[in-house]
Amino acid sequence: MNKTTIAPLILLHPDDNILVCVRQIRAGDAIDIEQETIISPIDIGVGHKVARFALAAGDKVCRYGAPIGSMIETVAKGHHVHMHNMKSDYIPSHTRTRQTQYRSEE
Amino acid sequence: MNSAINFPAWLRADGRKGIRNVIVVAYLVECAHHVSRMIVNRADNIDVHLIGFPGCYPNQYAYEMMRAVCTHPNVGGALLISLGCESMNREKLLKDIHASGRPAELLVIQEAGGTKSTIKSGIEAVARLQAQAAQVERVPMYLHELIVGTICGGSDGTSGITANPAVGRCFDALVAADATCIFEETGELIGCETIMADRAITPELGVEIEACVAKAEHYYRVMGFGSFAPGNADGGLTTLEEKSMGAYSKSGSSPISGLIKPGDIPPAGGLYLLDVVPDGEPRFGFPNISDNAEIIELIACGSHVILFTTGRGSVVGSAISPVIKVCANPETYRRLAEDMDVNAGRILEGEATLDEVGEEILQNVIDVASGKRSVSEDLGHQEFILTYKTFEPIGPSCLPVRHIA
Repeated sequence: MNKTTIAPLILLHPDDNILVCVRQIRAGDAIDIEQETIISPIDIGVGHKVARFALAAGDKVCRYGAPIGSMIETVAKGHHVHMHNMKSDYIPSHTRTRQTQYRSEE
Repeated sequence: MNSAINFPAWLRADGRKGIRNVIVVAYLVECAHHVSRMIVNRADNIDVHLIGFPGCYPNQYAYEMMRAVCTHPNVGGALLISLGCESMNREKLLKDIHASGRPAELLVIQEAGGTKSTIKSGIEAVARLQAQAAQVERVPMYLHELIVGTICGGSDGTSGITANPAVGRCFDALVAADATCIFEETGELIGCETIMADRAITPELGVEIEACVAKAEHYYRVMGFGSFAPGNADGGLTTLEEKSMGAYSKSGSSPISGLIKPGDIPPAGGLYLLDVVPDGEPRFGFPNISDNAEIIELIACGSHVILFTTGRGSVVGSAISPVIKVCANPETYRRLAEDMDVNAGRILEGEATLDEVGEEILQNVIDVASGKRSVSEDLGHQEFILTYKTFEPIGPSCLPVRHIA
């Protein structure tokens, strides 16, 4: 496989509703998700997640076929799923700037 | 796996085999740290390591940990440095190390004439210990005699896709060869307790595994923070359970043969979960204040080698046992190649499969066990942290006889 032809997003498990970025996506890049081409509104870094389908607040986020938390906001297909729109179902995560629940500047 | 794979080991008087012949210089309270460090600095030898416990108050766990690391199979001798008034039972520790057949000496700063005098005596003591350790018989050590621990540090969204499952493949191969593998950090297995319990070799062990993860969740809730660092989020991880699912894949797919606590040596080959979260009501603070505290606990359980996976890029090694770095993220690898042993990020770029990287990790384990310095070891990383904890002994269901299952 040639490096340049690798898709920037991978599906880890058929039950997942997110895709994982394996190659840096830039704002404005066209990305193919579920037979649809979406223009990414922001940069997405390697290791980050985007929605495979439109998701609503309260939806469980599935990765590796297992729940990894819940949405707290709606997110459009192809958009970033991260700490600003999802939360832990166990213990809240902290960051350097927010020691309880993080809100991004997006 | 070729059962003839072997490496030249040091045969200790207690029958255990080591892949290194380290002299440890151990301070028994922070007040003896500077003197101990000066002795290690003056010795200027990659196999003379500084370890120690900073506290002045007594603690059973700290004592057991010091005993376990000073009598580790990779250790050929120990020099204990005491200030003189701390609580650590230096006479008993010295006696326990001697009972393991290892040479050991004790210097008490208050009795040895102070800083300069103790450093001078310490340097002479290290030379004597090195001479004795050099006499230890070398014997072949086989793969099934090896204990390998794993930890992840600085995880990101790639860790659970590349480095962690690749270590899992390596663990599966090692367990198939009847070697002993240990995974840990129950606070980073929150969310995985049910699937993990299903892999236990007895239902009773499964109950113990679920209980120890519940204990971890309670403990971290009281602390107010999960085992989740800001860098985890920068790297794409969002929640503790997402990090857990990725971390869990380091364990591979073998059945879980037992649940151990720091200082317990697994009784036979197989896969073991190390419970690192203290028992009883939370006290003394976070279970492990940073990665190296967990590495030392894996080493106290007999780990000869540590497999350390990282996404964001950790540079640490450890005293006593070599640490092999497996980098999950190809971008991190390019930035920090000088600190990494294995680039599992190649999996993301289509240049290698999980199985190929798993085999490469296994080959690194064999090479390092055979004497090759791991990258962090060669760079002189010899981190060591030991703090206060409280543990009850493991329950009767934690180490079922393996063949019942």
